[in-house]
Amino acid sequence: MKKVVMGNEAAALAAALARVQVVSAYPITPQTVIVENLSEIIGRGELKAKYIPVESEHSAMASCIGASMAGARAFTASSSQGLVYMHEMLHYAAGARVPVVMVNCNRALAPPWNLYCDHTDSLAQRDTGWLQYYCADAQDVLDAILIAYSVAEQALLPVMINLDAFYLTHTSELVDVPDQKTVDIFLPPYHPSNKLDVDDPKTFGNVCGADLFTSIKYKRYCDTLALEKLWNQTAVKFCDHFNRLHSAVEAYQTEDADVCIIGIATATGAMRLAVDRLRKEGLKAGSLRLAMVRPFPLEGFKKAIANIKHVIVIDRDVSYGAEGIVAQEVKAGLFDHHGDVKLTGFIAGVGGNDMSVETIVPLVQQAISGAGAAVEAGTTLWAEVLP
Amino acid sequence: MNEHVKQKRDLFTPGHFGCPGCGATLAMRQTLSALGEDTIVTMPAGCWSTLIGIYPYTCLTVPVISVAFGSTAAIAAGIKASLSIQGNDHTTVLAWAGDGGTFDIGLQALSGAVERNDDILFICYDNEAYMNTGIQRSSATPAGGWTTTTPDSALKGQKKKNIVEIMAAHGIPYAATASIGAPEDLNGKLKKAKDIKGSRFIHLFVSCPTGWRHAPELSVEVAREAIKSRVFPLYEVSDGEVWRLSPMPDKTGVDAYLKYQGRFKKMLASGHQHFQKQVDDDWQRLLNKCRP
Repeated sequence: MKKVVMGNEAAALAAALARVQVVSAYPITPQTVIVENLSEIIGRGELKAKYIPVESEHSAMASCIGASMAGARAFTASSSQGLVYMHEMLHYAAGARVPVVMVNCNRALAPPWNLYCDHTDSLAQRDTGWLQYYCADAQDVLDAILIAYSVAEQALLPVMINLDAFYLTHTSELVDVPDQKTVDIFLPPYHPSNKLDVDDPKTFGNVCGADLFTSIKYKRYCDTLALEKLWNQTAVKFCDHFNRLHSAVEAYQTEDADVCIIGIATATGAMRLAVDRLRKEGLKAGSLRLAMVRPFPLEGFKKAIANIKHVIVIDRDVSYGAEGIVAQEVKAGLFDHHGDVKLTGFIAGVGGNDMSVETIVPLVQQAISGAGAAVEAGTTLWAEVLP
Repeated sequence: MNEHVKQKRDLFTPGHFGCPGCGATLAMRQTLSALGEDTIVTMPAGCWSTLIGIYPYTCLTVPVISVAFGSTAAIAAGIKASLSIQGNDHTTVLAWAGDGGTFDIGLQALSGAVERNDDILFICYDNEAYMNTGIQRSSATPAGGWTTTTPDSALKGQKKKNIVEIMAAHGIPYAATASIGAPEDLNGKLKKAKDIKGSRFIHLFVSCPTGWRHAPELSVEVAREAIKSRVFPLYEVSDGEVWRLSPMPDKTGVDAYLKYQGRFKKMLASGHQHFQKQVDDDWQRLLNKCRP
């Protein structure tokens, strides 16, 4: 059934279709629509689930961990300050191997206060051990959450589905909402073999010595690396049911391209439009959307940039003292690349600045010509800085 | 008493890592005896997260999850919601935290769970300081008490936070104080708490020879002196409104309680009239609340 919904509504619909059993959340703009919708759906009895209106994000993630450890499918959603407040529990969730799925609405971090799009909140969590997926549109949101539960429960690792504040959370689009029966076939109920169970008592999370500690962390590291492949395999299964493919990377016109614009989330749509315009002007451009950022989708990335001469990364985030976070990831991905690749990184579209074709094309031109409005700082270039 | 022998299996088996004379181990043994094997335990960082044993060893044979310091009550709430949606309404979810994990870093999550009236039993085993990290002050440390962060040169000036009053202010269905110095009273309160639906809180006084600087064999005696002197009186509160005093021995002065413990040496030397007055005032306030 096709419906016109906002990205946030698509997220709530997806959680309901996934038959989540425990929803625990704390409100924060621009995430609130998701938890309002879910509490309504649960309140009306349309979804058999417990809704825990916790007193903080730290407790939201904690109760999701508890719920998952006791065998239920758990969901939460947060954003910005809320996400960084639950940082401790993000590490805990991945370490405890709970397949919790969380939606994060990418919003700027204070100070100064700003409600608009910025990816620093979630990218700053990239070492917590969560799979991070950045959605391009509302259909992607709905589908990715269903794929996320399947992947999370196969790998026993948590997944964070990211939505750009307002550009995606509050923008209405036409979305194909799958029927429950088919979703149930794709995503069967969660039945973990290890859980808190009085009939099969086990102790979880106790202290352990260095040898075992190392081996446990190594096992998790390997399982996390395998997530790119697992996601793609699961995405193909999803496509068999629903005829839509959501891969870890999405390359556009890269086969014969010299220049490749790389980015994440909703702006990657504008990047493709920029590629079309630049090609009309005679530049052999392509673009690459990193849908998955953690684990870094190295296989798909390497394939897509095999013949690229100049990589241009546009970050909606920054790591102070370094550069854009995606640019750092791309640089690491290029480290043992056989060719001689140039990389130009930009910081743009933060704090509510739009990232349209009109912003992207001049950045590409500046990367090539060396002249333009973006200001050089360290190893990056800042766009849209006041004079 | 000693009902653990009636369980299908021992719920607290030999081999814990606690100090000699640890009051918190007595407390757990009695708690699990009363609650039985249909219990899931969540415990944060604290003495118990280490003394339970180093993997692959554990001294408890009920399901246990060791959790982040401030998260105990929220984890318990999640476990309960999870069991409940899966059709299990009988298992007791026990949140088991020390005074740091209850009075300080765990208070927000605890307040949230109790305000929601989540169906959990939260027991604070209170040894009046961060003992697992080496005897640092908590908001449960009594005024005039020595710890490594309230040394003799700067003894704690603030009085102990009244956690039961905080719980009562939430309108919690059941809150009580209990002590390893009064095992029958503790057993009765555990059984009572087990059968009540909604949030339940027991403030459980456990002596700590290592941190309080007393002989290990005096742990129960010290806890008894705390009851007799009214330093730690025993009572219950229903729905945050009905306060009831538990059976109490005749009242004594605080001297015997203080004298056993090295942590009060400096206070004793410089005069403890202020401490006695505080105990007397608090006792009177409690008596007033318990009047019908």
